[in-house]
Amino acid sequence: MTATDETKTAELGKARLRKEDERLITGQTNWTDNITLPGMLHIAFLRSPYAHAKITSVDVSAARNEPGVIAAYSGADFAAEQGSLPCAWPVTPDIVIPAHPPMAVDEVRYVGEAVACVVARDRYAAADALAAIEVDYEQLPPVLDMRTALDEASPKVHEAGNKSFDFVFPQGDLDAAFRDAPIVIERTYRQQRLIPAAMEPRAVVCSVVGGEFTLWSATQIPHILRLMLALVTGIPEQSIRVIAPDVGGGFGSKLQVTAEEVLAVLIARKLGRPVKWTESRSEGNMTVHHGRDQWQRLRLAADSDGRIRGLDVDLLADMGAYLMLVTPGVPLLGAFMFPAIYKMDAYRFRCVGVFTTKMPTDAYRGAGRPEATFAIERMMDELAAHLGVDPMALRERNWIKHEEFPFTTVAGLTYDSGNYEAATARAKELFDYDGLRAEQARRRAANDPVQLGIGISTFTEMCGLAPSRVLGSLAYGAGGWEHASIRMLPTGKVEVVTGSSAHGQGHETAWSQIVADQLGVPFEDIRVLHGDTQISPRGMDTYGSRSLAVGGMALVSACDKVVEKAKVIAAGLLEASAGDLEWTPGRFSVRGDPDKGVTIGEVALATFAAHNLPDGVEPSIDAEATYDPDNFSFPHGTHLCATEVDTETGFVTIRSYVCVDDIGVVVNPLIVEGQVHGGLAQGIAQALYEEAVYDDDGNLVTSTLADYLVPSAADLPSYVTDRTESRAANALGVKGVGEAGTIASTPAVVNAIVDALRPLGINDVEMPCTPERVWRAIQGATGGEQVSAAEQHEARQSDQTQGHSPQGIGTPDQSGGVA
Amino acid sequence: MADITVTVDGVKYADQVEPRMLLVHYLREVVGKTGTPIGCDTSNCGACTVLLDGQSVKSCSVLAVQADGAEITTIQGLANGGLHPLQRAFHEEHALQCGYCTPGMIMAASDLLRENPQPSDEEIREGLEGNLCRCTGYENIVRAVRRAAQAGVSE
Repeated sequence: MTATDETKTAELGKARLRKEDERLITGQTNWTDNITLPGMLHIAFLRSPYAHAKITSVDVSAARNEPGVIAAYSGADFAAEQGSLPCAWPVTPDIVIPAHPPMAVDEVRYVGEAVACVVARDRYAAADALAAIEVDYEQLPPVLDMRTALDEASPKVHEAGNKSFDFVFPQGDLDAAFRDAPIVIERTYRQQRLIPAAMEPRAVVCSVVGGEFTLWSATQIPHILRLMLALVTGIPEQSIRVIAPDVGGGFGSKLQVTAEEVLAVLIARKLGRPVKWTESRSEGNMTVHHGRDQWQRLRLAADSDGRIRGLDVDLLADMGAYLMLVTPGVPLLGAFMFPAIYKMDAYRFRCVGVFTTKMPTDAYRGAGRPEATFAIERMMDELAAHLGVDPMALRERNWIKHEEFPFTTVAGLTYDSGNYEAATARAKELFDYDGLRAEQARRRAANDPVQLGIGISTFTEMCGLAPSRVLGSLAYGAGGWEHASIRMLPTGKVEVVTGSSAHGQGHETAWSQIVADQLGVPFEDIRVLHGDTQISPRGMDTYGSRSLAVGGMALVSACDKVVEKAKVIAAGLLEASAGDLEWTPGRFSVRGDPDKGVTIGEVALATFAAHNLPDGVEPSIDAEATYDPDNFSFPHGTHLCATEVDTETGFVTIRSYVCVDDIGVVVNPLIVEGQVHGGLAQGIAQALYEEAVYDDDGNLVTSTLADYLVPSAADLPSYVTDRTESRAANALGVKGVGEAGTIASTPAVVNAIVDALRPLGINDVEMPCTPERVWRAIQGATGGEQVSAAEQHEARQSDQTQGHSPQGIGTPDQSGGVA
Repeated sequence: MADITVTVDGVKYADQVEPRMLLVHYLREVVGKTGTPIGCDTSNCGACTVLLDGQSVKSCSVLAVQADGAEITTIQGLANGGLHPLQRAFHEEHALQCGYCTPGMIMAASDLLRENPQPSDEEIREGLEGNLCRCTGYENIVRAVRRAAQAGVSE
């Protein structure tokens, strides 16, 4: 109709190149470690070499005499003021949340826990002086295997014992579902411990001037961090400003309130000088929270035609030594996702949180949902194998049909939209599913030493965290809303302030696109501000694939308010009644007289001048909005992986990987594709490469990137990606994409490996599926005796544990589990 | 302390440094070239890659004193005004997200293309094996290097 109308639809869906890139590709970045303040001192931490020990004495006096050293402290120096690092998610009323002092005072409970620190003029001097600190320990026995940690005889991590919580979530009549079930499949799966390994190590700078604290931190959560620092230290909230400058990736690892952040504040306060701490990678591997780490025992009941009757999930989740910000909540996010896209009559989820003397676990890309998705997608393949049917056909028999949406699952979630048939059809076509199955049959018949495996993952997830009421019902300590404000500048340019806090996601670009469409202003005229509690005073930050589905919707609400306010002023300028004005993004016009109009920029200028505003109208068309979603969003997709498995060496090669994701309406396809690629890489890495390993003394063996295998370009395949689209129920129709690839890809890869080896009688390979593990599984199978993954684990761990027989969940499923 | 003279991004610097000081710390903290970040302490990640007399090195694995007399090029001096074709290609192919690995990735890629101006995708992947990225899954990095190669970057 008009030029502005074209603008209206121009931005959403456009592959805009990112605004963020210019500074990042030219090195004009503002990482926290780049910050240098006048008089700034450097902190180095002395960390526990023991997994579990009493601290009998700490003597820092010699360190204080080292050259360039301004101060040295032990935990006792902070004992009166350091509080306890927060856990915001007490998942059960009787959960055990042990005190977690930022610097250990009496006892250490994992290798790497801070016991003392030096503050010096430069980082070299600080590191040197650590050697002069004397610490005496009285070693205590470590607790390293969560399966034996609950035994009476186990040493205790905390006085209250090794159990943190026991969460049970029963839905429907599970006994009825299993009673007389023709098929019961039982499996035990291991979710290995992972290290998030964002490329930017953590760093923190704190300055204090006149009682006002400014903290720069490589964090995903400047707003939550500010609140928590106030609660932990007692410093008034209004005296704390937190800035997340350029942040180099997070993946959940920077969704945390860390010991080092709290201690930097306390040290700056003690010394009245700015301080800085930047971790080394080895320090980070030990002391940035880890992810996953569960034993999953599953029982699935089905009819003889493959229809699922019920699912029983029993988890042990390793909390590590303490509960950090959302540690106990992570496995519980999975509680809602085990039933996935499948219909069933009954479901029961139980999770016991266990303390061990290891680094605490917490959110890592997907947080609870990858674990659940892995387990159910593995189980679907096991059921299909038992029935001798195609695993995709079995899934289709059980999944929610597209005409059944909205659909309330057995776990109580209402999926607003989805079309599993469409995504699957497209994925099978791109993958040549039938052709590969035919090739697989030929190679099996020919006894090819390199076997072809085909892995499926028809995943869904819940994201857009989260409706505040739901979080409240789950005992989470905060809401799940997001905030946005729009500042209309006199020149017609726009400042967008968002409470989400990007660290690679491209919000500066995507948010500009959304606002450009809403207000009809050019993409280039919009600047997005974030990551500083003084500029963006309210926010819930970025994690859980929430920024677009929640923060993006807050932008839309704020823009609506701008338009409402501007309309009143525009009516005055046009000498018309507001009711007679029409808004086409960018311009108000008088109904019936389209040539008579005023642009939003002209309204902004007239508002700034304020010479001629209607009576009682404030001279501002700025607006802010807080959006609280009424449901999660549910991305889904079909991922297909073809692996070549060399049965002589155990080496696995991904031959092709196809994914078709339905993430709802897409704001920027370039950014979406990038998120999918990166997500796939991390999920594939869990399947094939990564595992945080502790030795039998509780030392982290994988403390460097030489030992912890973050894959390189040479280790990963090229991906084929495509999309289908079913709108989410929110006004933008968006779901979220940050975690989808990671959630989906791990079971696709492992299913493909097991599929290649199933003719040998193998039904699992424990992750990461290294050549050695695959080879051992083959040796065990071709030797005439099947070696389950749990047994492999047992064999590997047998000389590491304290010799107790595993109870409950650790029992290997030697029979293949088919009743 | 040791006296060194180093040319960084075309500017000559004479400094006294501790013999143990790493080149990357010299660049970041003495010269102020914070565009080169540090990602690990075992020379696995490659985030700190710079060119030393035209060849890529991980500047965390070189002592500042070893760079005495050398010419260093960082991400901040790669382009002669405007953007280097690799920088442009990384932007256009969306080959970065958080951007932390990007300086090292681009510097390593520039050395790769110097040695092999028309690499295959597999050669690009092998050639960048020493540079880790946690965000992109490498797909778009490979595309960006291919694009820059096609545009003819072999300076």
